[in-house]
Amino acid sequence: MTDLFDKFQPIIDMREGLLASGVEDPFSLVMERVLSPTEAICNGRETILLGTYNYMGMTFDPDVIAAGKQALDEFGAGTTGSRVLNGTYAGHREVEDALREFYGMDHAMVFSTGYQANLGIISTVAGKGDYIVLDIDSHASIWDGCKLGDAEVVPFKHNDLEAMEKRLKRIPEGAGKLVILEGVYSMLGDIAPLKDMIRIAKDNGAMVLVDEAHSMGFIGPNGRGVAEDQGVLDEVDFVIGTFSKSVGTVGGFCVSNHPKFEILRLVCRPYVFTASLPPSVVATAATSIRKLMQGADKRAHLWENSRTLHKGLADRGFQLGTDSPQSAIIAVIMPDLERGAAMWEALLKEGLYVNLARPPATPANMTLLRCSLCAEHSAEQVQTIIGMFERAGKAVGIV
Amino acid sequence: MDRAETADRIAALIEPFNKKGAAITDDTTFAGDLEFDSLTVMDFVAAIEDEFDIIISMNQQAEIETWRQLIDAVVRLRG
Repeated sequence: MTDLFDKFQPIIDMREGLLASGVEDPFSLVMERVLSPTEAICNGRETILLGTYNYMGMTFDPDVIAAGKQALDEFGAGTTGSRVLNGTYAGHREVEDALREFYGMDHAMVFSTGYQANLGIISTVAGKGDYIVLDIDSHASIWDGCKLGDAEVVPFKHNDLEAMEKRLKRIPEGAGKLVILEGVYSMLGDIAPLKDMIRIAKDNGAMVLVDEAHSMGFIGPNGRGVAEDQGVLDEVDFVIGTFSKSVGTVGGFCVSNHPKFEILRLVCRPYVFTASLPPSVVATAATSIRKLMQGADKRAHLWENSRTLHKGLADRGFQLGTDSPQSAIIAVIMPDLERGAAMWEALLKEGLYVNLARPPATPANMTLLRCSLCAEHSAEQVQTIIGMFERAGKAVGIV
Repeated sequence: MDRAETADRIAALIEPFNKKGAAITDDTTFAGDLEFDSLTVMDFVAAIEDEFDIIISMNQQAEIETWRQLIDAVVRLRG
């Protein structure tokens, strides 16, 4: 008998090697108590959270919590059904209404996770004989959506306009084309030159999908994302987003003005063949989305935090993923996996949680300490964080 | 352009990526013998696509494991 798990041996060995060197296991971290969007008790220690996607700090908003509790009381723990059967409750309609208003678009389709939204829309909209042209640094959910579908998949070098255009021009005449871009790329926190990319895509007859998961609520005049910020949102055919970042819960969505959009509810398998979100989740999401429409102060403070942290780390000699702060993500580039893991652990012992990101999740085989800011981080906390980075960086020999 | 000339042009393109300096025969594999990681593959594929003005989609890349298969694919895609 062949053990199917033999194929995992190289990863098992690498993990055991890393743990044998004495570092704390990044994957066994437990948030025993969550005190606020920015603080938790992790593995027994008081910890500042700098590695969540809770950008606008909505997870403990009193109105959001109240809406969730009310929905649990009124509608119960779950829908126990798919959206195409018994799983569409009033709350699902309400959250889709909230999304249509937030984005100013005609249609909104909610999936049970953002991963499923990409899986579903990408694999369904682009079919056999169509071509998908996408940025090589696209999120795993986008790649998996490409793999699940039957279209030809053609990647181009990250944010490279010329490379994208060359590939579009080589696609056979008459073939359907879908260009997939992200607003904010989640590993380095850099934005895409969407204005130029979308113009090229449209000049070459392609439909455009933009994943704005990491921009909602704080980029663009109405928080609709990078495409809105660059004045090209109305040329985007499909916007993908998530409830698991700024909105503060879980779920995914696609918004669009395509006149035939609603048919996707019948043909999209990751929408049809799965349970719909629980009533409390859609209630917290709808409340949060409507509050994000009024979030100007929080938004300003989030950007303030991002600028301060970026400058503070750069000034102390850390190599960062972007030259300037472009989002709420600040990636600190580590020289190698060993020192990255050591620095991650040193920070944890200082009382700071950040994401340790490594291949295959990262571009160019980098090891990154990925920091994501929250509107609820106080200016004081940001200074504390900079101090922790400086001490840990010196202890590990990074700066 | 005949197959031999196509092969010569690809041999010139692979040179900077062949860090191992491995000898390349019809059965040489990119993942095994040349130890190409996914980034190297992407850059190498992009160089070939630009050289011949073709697309090698992910599906097509999955079918190409050896040097011979690569030459065959490029000859076919060139038309």
